[in-house]
Amino acid sequence: MSAFTTTNDNGIAVITFDLPGEPVNKLTAAVRVELEALLIGFRDDPSTRGIVLISGKPDNFIAGADIEEFTALTSQDAAERLSFEGQETVSRVETLQKPVIAAIHGACLGGGLELALACHYRIATDHPKTQMGLPEVQLGLIPGAGGCQRLPRLIGARAALDMILTGKSERASKALRLGLVDEVVPKSILREVAIAAADRLATQGLPDRSSKSGMAGLVLDRTSAGRRLVYRAARQQVLKRTGGHYPAPLAALEAVRVGLEQGVTAGLAEEHRAFGELAVGDVSRKLVQIFFATNALKKDDGVPPGTATPRQIRRLGIIGAGFMGSGIAGTAVLHVEVDTRLKDSDLARVSKGLQAATRLLADRLEKRRLTRPQYERLTALLSGSADYSGFQRADLVIEAVFEDLDTKRRVLAEVEGLVRPEAIFATNTSTIPIRQIAEHARRPERVLGMHFFSPVERMPLLEVIPTAATSPDTLVTAVRFGRRMGKTVIVVADHPGFWVNRILSPYLNEAGHLLQEGVPIELIDSAMTRFGFPVGPVALLDEVGLDVAEKAGNVMHEAFGERMKPAGSLSRMLGATRLGRKNGRGFYRYKEGHKAGVDKSVYALLGVRPTDADASLVQRRLVYAMLNEAAMACAENVVRSPRDADIGAIFGIGFPAFRGGPLRMIDDVGAGRVVETLYQLQEQYGERFRPAPALLEMSRRSGRYYPA
Amino acid sequence: MVDTRPGRRVAVVAGIRTPFAKSGTVYRDTTAVALARHAARELLFRSEIDGAEIDEVIFSQVVPSVLTPNVAREVSLLPQLPPSVPAYTINRACASAAQAINNAADQIRLGNADVILAGGVESLSDLPILHSRRFSRTLVEASKARSVGQRIATFGRVRPRDLVPVTPAIAEPSTGETMGQSAEKMAKENGISREEQDRVALMSHQRASAATADGRLTREIAAWFGGRDMDQIVTEDNGIRSDTSLEALGKLKPVFDRKYGSVTAGNSSPLTDGAAVVLLMSEEKARALGHEPLAYIRSYAVSAVDPGWQLLMGPVYAVPKALERAGLTWKELGLVEIHEAFAAQVLSNIQAWGSQAWADRLGLPGPIGEVDWDRTNVAGGSIAIGHPFGATGARLVTTLANEMRRRDVEFGLISICAQGGMGYAMVLERR
Repeated sequence: MSAFTTTNDNGIAVITFDLPGEPVNKLTAAVRVELEALLIGFRDDPSTRGIVLISGKPDNFIAGADIEEFTALTSQDAAERLSFEGQETVSRVETLQKPVIAAIHGACLGGGLELALACHYRIATDHPKTQMGLPEVQLGLIPGAGGCQRLPRLIGARAALDMILTGKSERASKALRLGLVDEVVPKSILREVAIAAADRLATQGLPDRSSKSGMAGLVLDRTSAGRRLVYRAARQQVLKRTGGHYPAPLAALEAVRVGLEQGVTAGLAEEHRAFGELAVGDVSRKLVQIFFATNALKKDDGVPPGTATPRQIRRLGIIGAGFMGSGIAGTAVLHVEVDTRLKDSDLARVSKGLQAATRLLADRLEKRRLTRPQYERLTALLSGSADYSGFQRADLVIEAVFEDLDTKRRVLAEVEGLVRPEAIFATNTSTIPIRQIAEHARRPERVLGMHFFSPVERMPLLEVIPTAATSPDTLVTAVRFGRRMGKTVIVVADHPGFWVNRILSPYLNEAGHLLQEGVPIELIDSAMTRFGFPVGPVALLDEVGLDVAEKAGNVMHEAFGERMKPAGSLSRMLGATRLGRKNGRGFYRYKEGHKAGVDKSVYALLGVRPTDADASLVQRRLVYAMLNEAAMACAENVVRSPRDADIGAIFGIGFPAFRGGPLRMIDDVGAGRVVETLYQLQEQYGERFRPAPALLEMSRRSGRYYPA
Repeated sequence: MVDTRPGRRVAVVAGIRTPFAKSGTVYRDTTAVALARHAARELLFRSEIDGAEIDEVIFSQVVPSVLTPNVAREVSLLPQLPPSVPAYTINRACASAAQAINNAADQIRLGNADVILAGGVESLSDLPILHSRRFSRTLVEASKARSVGQRIATFGRVRPRDLVPVTPAIAEPSTGETMGQSAEKMAKENGISREEQDRVALMSHQRASAATADGRLTREIAAWFGGRDMDQIVTEDNGIRSDTSLEALGKLKPVFDRKYGSVTAGNSSPLTDGAAVVLLMSEEKARALGHEPLAYIRSYAVSAVDPGWQLLMGPVYAVPKALERAGLTWKELGLVEIHEAFAAQVLSNIQAWGSQAWADRLGLPGPIGEVDWDRTNVAGGSIAIGHPFGATGARLVTTLANEMRRRDVEFGLISICAQGGMGYAMVLERR
């Protein structure tokens, strides 16, 4: 079946791209061949004066290349060739002697944008679904079909690097300001306007595009000295953001630089060379695996397909207007646009919660990601009360009160006495087993756990925890709702700590042991950021709150015994009312909410003198504590698959994505070597490093978590 | 007494309002639309009704913003309601919200609707301030100018006095008399003393203060989260003075006639912001949805007098009409709510209702009735609570209906005087 249909409108050929059997258009090899043939046909047809390229998908122009094709690449040569062929197709558009108009509605990403960039004129719809970007670096790749060349030439080096190096997408209005598109129109007239533009360009030639970047643009984008400054600044930013762990942004920067300084031909050559190298490189492979895992999770409801029916959530009730509750409220309103009622015990708390939730919306209003009417509509969805008014009609109630079993049980009982029988009750807890909270529930089939991470609006993960009594309908409803909130959802078992906190716990504990041994705080944290974590474990403790961490630590100790015994540093800190960032006193000092260096007085409090230590040993102790626990929890079926386990660790803890997750890392290192290292650590530091039986077993039969 | 009027019986199911606040205080930075939406949304939550049940929204606003002239539509566009709920805004001056409620009741009675949200709002903190006519004309001409030169020339004709803004005044357009001057005239012509007026004001504050303390007033209030950071939590009306006294009221200077007057800021209702809204249903619908109505609407009547005469005497005509339509006498009323625009007006109205001369004038066999303060304005009135023009009618219905239920009273009356010489009366029943 053909991906393209064409019509002719007064000498203007309209090519409609509608990839059969797919929700979005992708530039597969087959599609490229077909498109090239079409273009050559129109080039040679004297009655065709211009061409419009438009999509037949409802809200998608072209999502990009077919990433499946990348995974099939086995050699650098093959990958280079793929990029080169892409460049050729796109160049064919640019050098066609007739004007080609890109009529863009919906996502126009990666290869899709690169194709649009080669067109002679771009028209986008003003619809919010219309997004333009080059997200390749997010997959460890670079735009390999001329994007690194055409984008900086069109919108200037600075704006282009901003898009390419971060992979972010821009809406139509911003794209117009950048000069990325020539016109923005309503969807209803996109086709007509595009045809008219083709007709106009065919008779009058290309439009004159003046620079949109003003005086600074003249200096920074148009002179080689200016651009040198731009490259240097971009490089520094990339290194700061990636810690040097991700080669793609630097490669993209180089492809842009070569293109601008040495000409398009050299630039294209550098582009496909780098693409080839990156595409078969380890980092990209890992990021692509994560991409596929995340996409698979988007379709995974946690129950076999067709076995459960999700309920529609029209009203959300949230109990507890604290940091979590308000974060859940704001995120739900923003992403799900659901009527959200926030309840707490007094109006002062409610007002604080409403304020925090509204802040999320106000931030977007300020950044022009929401219009004023949208903002007004969303804030109208957000309300609060010190009583249960409005809860009777709630379809989902999320409880986010503080971690106390009795309180949570009481809230559950109150809510059950109020809501309709089909309403779902979700408890947001990080440590308390859901079955304990649900023990006296009248309708335990409607109760489950939804473990959000803090801050809710920014953390991409949600753990959904059914108990043995939770019905499949309840589970699938919660999973779908979490996904609509923009979260990647993993369904995990009702074991203490669930998945994320289970594997985080020994890691943080080990940090406590290191502290008690006098290992300097900055050494511990910098060792782990160099390993690839976004923050070190000590800084993380400060963020989480030492009281919260201690409470969680005790729960884990109780559940798992000696292995998870807290090192004692937290209770000493708490004894000196150090709660972490929230009261401005933790392992670090805080000035006006900003971290201001390690608080050296902590060492005396812990009764240690800071002494230098081997950073690689620090890394080993921390990481292997986590790997070992991951293997144990995995063997207990806390997660349903290695995929969920690794996604949970990456999105929930910030486990380095380029390492693919703890289980992927065990596979990469090899179970045998992991066991070996654990034995060494056990000998030196004690029983807590005793290798998990599952690892021993795996090592014996040279097993893996993922197929090799 | 058997109700023989045609159509369906209409239930007052619930009512909610924002706290009433003196203009320029807690609602200084918000809009009338926001107040109206807040009250309506909280009413939906508290009555636990599905927005899809609402057939129409009727609101009132006496001084609407030129930017949102149909505030009712802004309310019906709340995301808790389907966008298909139609809405309109009315104006019957200070009786507006009562009129909105009766319009709703009439539609329900006729079978055109089952459930209607009716209420009103006023924000004198969100006033439309106008340019002078001359300056407006200049702006229009400038916008039509064909060249910059022409535009400058147009502005060249502007004189400083053209730039003085025009604020809406609470004055009768037909007579030029302000409301306060009218009250002053009524006090003089009806022989109402300063002390009598101050006593009414004192009672208003004392009763409102008690009703705030024991929750009778606050239960009809939905808390407002104000201020830039939503940290200003308002749960009570801010005009009620628990500490006022006859002496304190007596020290205030008359405002409208400094020399011989008796009407002061203390015995008048203050300029107020606020919104109030009532949920009305047909009796059958209320039953079907499982609501226990607070009261039912039995009758209403409107009257008007020449504004050049005693402006606020309309209720003297409206009340007997509403009672007649209800088939009731004054004696059968268990509770009465008289809107207190001015103590002088309240006392003038009461005087007329109790007088044989007025009975003769109205062609009634005897006086309409003597006021019994134990059954009248039992939770205070507009002097203490405040008077957002567009909202007061809905507050009175809510307060009366709640109190009728609390005391298990069978019949209750609302009396409202309104700008333009109009009077308004409504009778509620419980059984």
